[in-house]
Amino acid sequence: MSRRVKIAIAVLVVAVVIGAFYFPKLRQRVLRMSRPERTEEQARREVVQPPIATPTDVKVKAKIFWASPVAAGALEPVEIELPLSADAVQRSKQLINALIADAPSPEQRTLPADATLLEFYLLADGIAVADFSDTLSTETPSGILSEQMTVDSIARTLAANVEAVRRLKILIHGQEVETLAGHLDLSDFFPVRAEAKPPAPASPAAPGGKAPASGLTPPGAPGKLGH
Amino acid sequence: MVVLDAAHGGADAGAHGATGVVESEVVLSLARLARFELERQGLRVVMTRQGNENPSFDERSATANAQRGAIFISLHVSSTGPAGTARVYSVAMRSGALSAAQPSLLPWDQAQEPYAESSRRLAELVQIQLAQKFRGSPEVPSAAPVRQLRTVAAPAIAIEFSSVAVQDRSQLDAMGPALAEAVARAVATFRPFYEEGAK
Repeated sequence: MSRRVKIAIAVLVVAVVIGAFYFPKLRQRVLRMSRPERTEEQARREVVQPPIATPTDVKVKAKIFWASPVAAGALEPVEIELPLSADAVQRSKQLINALIADAPSPEQRTLPADATLLEFYLLADGIAVADFSDTLSTETPSGILSEQMTVDSIARTLAANVEAVRRLKILIHGQEVETLAGHLDLSDFFPVRAEAKPPAPASPAAPGGKAPASGLTPPGAPGKLGH
Repeated sequence: MVVLDAAHGGADAGAHGATGVVESEVVLSLARLARFELERQGLRVVMTRQGNENPSFDERSATANAQRGAIFISLHVSSTGPAGTARVYSVAMRSGALSAAQPSLLPWDQAQEPYAESSRRLAELVQIQLAQKFRGSPEVPSAAPVRQLRTVAAPAIAIEFSSVAVQDRSQLDAMGPALAEAVARAVATFRPFYEEGAK
């Protein structure tokens, strides 16, 4: 073996050794650079919505409902360890913030990454009012399915982790809006936890979908498909 | 009488796909095709919009509420969901829903509530038909508080196709004939049920 070949082999061995040390660090840097959105998003969130910590925080396994990675159009609970307050309002805020910020993958998001919970109120009768930034409305993908998943993920996450919440009202920037993103009606309350129902009234419901007389439809008129 | 509602329109284009598929355009063309098929079956059809205009939710509802014995079908295309599938929705009952004992004057905002059961039945019939034609579609319909349905005083459903994320709009247009046939069959099955309920 000539001296030149020996030198070439020695250079290659040195290059491999250096590469072996340098490659993992390079890989980490590339991975960090490939997630700029996450980093920007986190930085924005830290400014706009700092993490909520209360004296009563205890680390618990919380059930958060995100989109299922396998069943399209379905939600799936994921257990994550979160410091949660004993106070129902603070606890609800912590959960909704986790729902926005900690999705296991972008595909499993149910709320836009830039959405912000501006305020959360809880009334004595269990009615919760969640006031979100405009982003919830402007960046939720338009559609009945996607809008319903957004609202359901909030309602089911609260139901699984906050005993006091019975019904949910969603506001956008302090205002009641007609729809979330063009489809889902936000004018009413969403059920969170089933309430004990009073006994049904004695009068029977219209059989077979029979439409009662109403101010909108003349009595006797509905139910006949015109030609 | 069938009232076909092509959702969105005008400045409100609805869902947008990355390849330029626009919900308001797709649903209008699906509604036109469904109209043709339903009229061929002898049914009278009214559309809530003929072109690229955008009537309000209440104006669309008023179109249906002005008809006697109408059924209302609102057509949508989603942003998400498995491509080539269709989901049918009837309205989810609101809190403080009307009971049969309510007085005869019906608040506009609660116009759909007395029709909730017949809407659910219509949704079942349409979903069964669509599940047979579009593989991967659910076999049972969903209930959701769809704003458009709330003010319709007639059996009312929304059909949402997936999705504007398709590569080519022709994939959605190709669903039109099967949609029209499915709706026509479901309406034919629903008709005696609806007429019986009115007696």
